[in-house]
Amino acid sequence: MKRSNWQELIWAAVITILAAFWPMLANGYWLGIGVDVMMYVALATSWVLFSGPTHYISLASAAFFGVGGFIVGTGMSDYGTSFWSMLALSAVVGAILAALIGLATLRLSGVYFVIFTLGLAEMIRNLVSWVQNNFLGSRGLYVLTDFSDEHLFWMLLVTSCSIYLVGWIISRSRLGFAMRIIGGNETVARHVGINTSMAKVILFTTTGLFGAIVGAIIAPRWSYIEPNQVFSPQLSFFVVIMALLGGSGRLWGPVVGVIPFLLIWNWVDANFPNQSILVLGLAFLLIVYALPNGFVGRIEDLHNKMKRHS
Amino acid sequence: MIRRSVLALASAVILATTSAFAEGVIKLGAISPKTGPLAGGAVVTQWPNIQLWVEQVNAVGGLNVGGEMMTIDLIEYDDKTNPGEHIKLAQRLATQDKVDFVVAPYGTGFNIASAPIYGKFGYPMIAVSAITDKVDELTGRYPNLFFTLGTTTAFVEGVKSILMEQRDAGAIGNEIAMVNVADAFGIELADKARELFTAEGFKIVYDKSYPLGTPDLSPVMKGAKDSGAKAFIAWSYPPDSFGLAEQAIIEDLDVNVYYSAVATSFPAFSNAFGSKINNVLGAGGTNVDDPKIAEYREAHLKITGKVADYWASANTYAALQILEQAIVGAATLDREVVTQYIKDNTFDTVMGDLNFKNNFSNTFWSVGQWQDGVFRGVKGSNVDGAVDVRLKDGWK
Repeated sequence: MKRSNWQELIWAAVITILAAFWPMLANGYWLGIGVDVMMYVALATSWVLFSGPTHYISLASAAFFGVGGFIVGTGMSDYGTSFWSMLALSAVVGAILAALIGLATLRLSGVYFVIFTLGLAEMIRNLVSWVQNNFLGSRGLYVLTDFSDEHLFWMLLVTSCSIYLVGWIISRSRLGFAMRIIGGNETVARHVGINTSMAKVILFTTTGLFGAIVGAIIAPRWSYIEPNQVFSPQLSFFVVIMALLGGSGRLWGPVVGVIPFLLIWNWVDANFPNQSILVLGLAFLLIVYALPNGFVGRIEDLHNKMKRHS
Repeated sequence: MIRRSVLALASAVILATTSAFAEGVIKLGAISPKTGPLAGGAVVTQWPNIQLWVEQVNAVGGLNVGGEMMTIDLIEYDDKTNPGEHIKLAQRLATQDKVDFVVAPYGTGFNIASAPIYGKFGYPMIAVSAITDKVDELTGRYPNLFFTLGTTTAFVEGVKSILMEQRDAGAIGNEIAMVNVADAFGIELADKARELFTAEGFKIVYDKSYPLGTPDLSPVMKGAKDSGAKAFIAWSYPPDSFGLAEQAIIEDLDVNVYYSAVATSFPAFSNAFGSKINNVLGAGGTNVDDPKIAEYREAHLKITGKVADYWASANTYAALQILEQAIVGAATLDREVVTQYIKDNTFDTVMGDLNFKNNFSNTFWSVGQWQDGVFRGVKGSNVDGAVDVRLKDGWK
């Protein structure tokens, strides 16, 4: 194994340890921003896990996120189960759902896949409402726990690390190699004997699993779960923009995308409350015109230039 | 040039004087939707009342807090109907803006989502647009949270008692056609209604739901019409309350009792359908003949330029009056003292004398009816001025 690989992992460990101290330094508003950052780091990293190497743009984040939140809500509110068992269940359901969807749709490529995933969150929201309406009945889903923001921050940090590690292991495995070939040219990949759909399904499953876990962890923060809120399409777009802004070529790309994006977003939101959606559009333009490979691409360019000079 | 420097000087003086008085200011934070799915309701019920109250208080020089007149400085944010955004903004209000008091949010979910944060900082939250059957559990957990608009069960009970009266009077039979929007509150109400109606011997001969935001309610209404029931009950939300009325007019639904839930009490409902929706029942109600309510509605129209809705508007204003009287009565901005004052006292508001038992105010309207252009309360709890229910007589 190359030295640089281990170097990256050590850096990641150092950053994780530093991040773990955030709740000691910040409270209230800034801790809340920290939870937001961690939530999007986890979602965007798990997005990059699949979409980075394959170049399939998935807008399904909200679907998995919503499933996680909904399962925790239903379990704790209507059946009095514990948060932890529901967290485990949502991971399982998220993974199964992603696998089923993957099997059905990952033969689609390009724009068809994007459109399908966009509709997915909406479809699941309606399905959930239908099930609630016809079988469960709804008394409002209350998720009342004693977790405070620190706890949620640490849980999300652990989730983000797990996603990163899984991604790190995959990218160094035969599967990761296969994914890169698929991303380069899917036809070639098939011709050299890679079972492309199986490889894609496996990766998409991990995305679904982690998306549902993040949704489950956020549920106690929201305290009251309504389907049209957890399945918000805006979340999917946020995840994609932050991941692309950071750069989807590297697993740590989202981290450098999420933090500046959220800081600017919150600043604009506080000072020009009606203009915040503009940030989304500007970020899009910035990605297309100036940062096609995200911040990561820029950083690597600079790094290479410096190397050449020295 | 001279004029410009005079202007600059003048504005500097104004700035200096306002900052000199900055000590006599109560910072009030308000977060509610201005965009997103719940914005339609919030801009009718929530925001205009905040504006009205703040302007009225500041017009008389502010609140007298232990001898010092303090004006209200309102800090408002749009939560975009997004709970994540709301929580973040609530933290911002508490820790960055350091507001003295808050206006409780709009919507059940948002009140519950922000209760832990506001609770941590001791803000009293007098929730209005939040209806739940879990009042005891929630107020036990969040002792600073107060409810003022009733419970889910109370709303269904109001409709049930109308149905029973009309059955006794022979206007309707045992058959009921019932529909609901397949979304949180609609499902919750329909669920409760099935239980309570059937317990009284009613038969729900048509029981259908439709998805939130569906553009076509015609099949739903046709089905209700074919069922032949003389009572139609819809546990509906703002867009579909309008859609159902429209279809009922098209189908000329022949019923004696017609009820649709949320937004039936909005002035826009009457504006959209005019006399056609005469005698339609809906969630809410108010007593426009009460002099206090009449005065309030007039001020609402004058200051905000909008007609107050015939339901939670008055409650929203009353909640602000409670906060006002508690701050003045406690003569301090100490939130703990003010919260205790709210628990211990009775308040003179546009909704009459209000007080809290276990953080729950049991004074509210549950069912109202459009009668000749005015939506009057017909059923409620501890409210005066309920009028008799009239039968729906065609859609002309």
